[in-house]
Amino acid sequence: MQVGLQHYLVVSALLFAIGLLGVIIRRNLLVMYLSLELMLNAANLALVAFSRFNNSLDGQVLVFFIITVAAAEVAVGLALIVALYRKRQSAHVEDLTSMKL
Amino acid sequence: MGLPDILFYVFAAFTLLFGLLVVANPFSRNPVTSAMFLVLTIISMACLFVLLNAFFLAAVQIIVYAGAVMVLFVFVIMLMDLKEEERRRIKTFGVVAGIVSVGIILTVFLKSLVGCGDSSCNAPVGAGAAPVIEGDAHALGMLLFTKYDLPFEVISVLLLVAMIGVITLSKKDLK
Repeated sequence: MQVGLQHYLVVSALLFAIGLLGVIIRRNLLVMYLSLELMLNAANLALVAFSRFNNSLDGQVLVFFIITVAAAEVAVGLALIVALYRKRQSAHVEDLTSMKL
Repeated sequence: MGLPDILFYVFAAFTLLFGLLVVANPFSRNPVTSAMFLVLTIISMACLFVLLNAFFLAAVQIIVYAGAVMVLFVFVIMLMDLKEEERRRIKTFGVVAGIVSVGIILTVFLKSLVGCGDSSCNAPVGAGAAPVIEGDAHALGMLLFTKYDLPFEVISVLLLVAMIGVITLSKKDLK
């Protein structure tokens, strides 16, 4: 069977699901952040596949922008996590309950 | 089944396997292990990009993601005390809720893919007549500096904003 758009989209959907699972079940802020990156990459894979099978480069330019935004997001997010760690000495979501009623 | 098809299955399997090991590694709950498996996921995904003719993006993926971003991640992980994290137990309620919700969203995704007919949208558009596009640096650069000129400039401002934000956030006396 010829590998087509559908195959790539199934891989992308599965990868997104794995990332979402990580965000929900892991309680460590850093691992949750890594899973977030996994979800972004799943979107990238879908966009590149669309670009290839539509015979147009626009999808790849979009992926280029997504990678840039992801890099900026990682820098800001990690700075937030480090600032939080300095204050609370923990990177665990269950220790961050000061906004709980 | 040609060689590209076999390579697709190999690299897709690698991508999913390593992705699963990032999230749920049965041997280690150490974030450093997760980060290393994310690097492997990204590299196998770059191989998938090559199979999709996106050569420049494959290089960018490896240099920016597996290089710069992951170095930043590992650097921050090293700053923190990780011994405590491995002791914690994963709550069963969280795991069940996670699997149920992910199952629901995956069902929605895969159902939406079933509607796509085999012959109509699996073959590349114009694979017979027009030459298949290649995402090399020249073609991508031409598009980036003509059609996507404004977004390109805007994203450079975004990087500047992110840089200033990070410097402000990592000050010693955060107000």
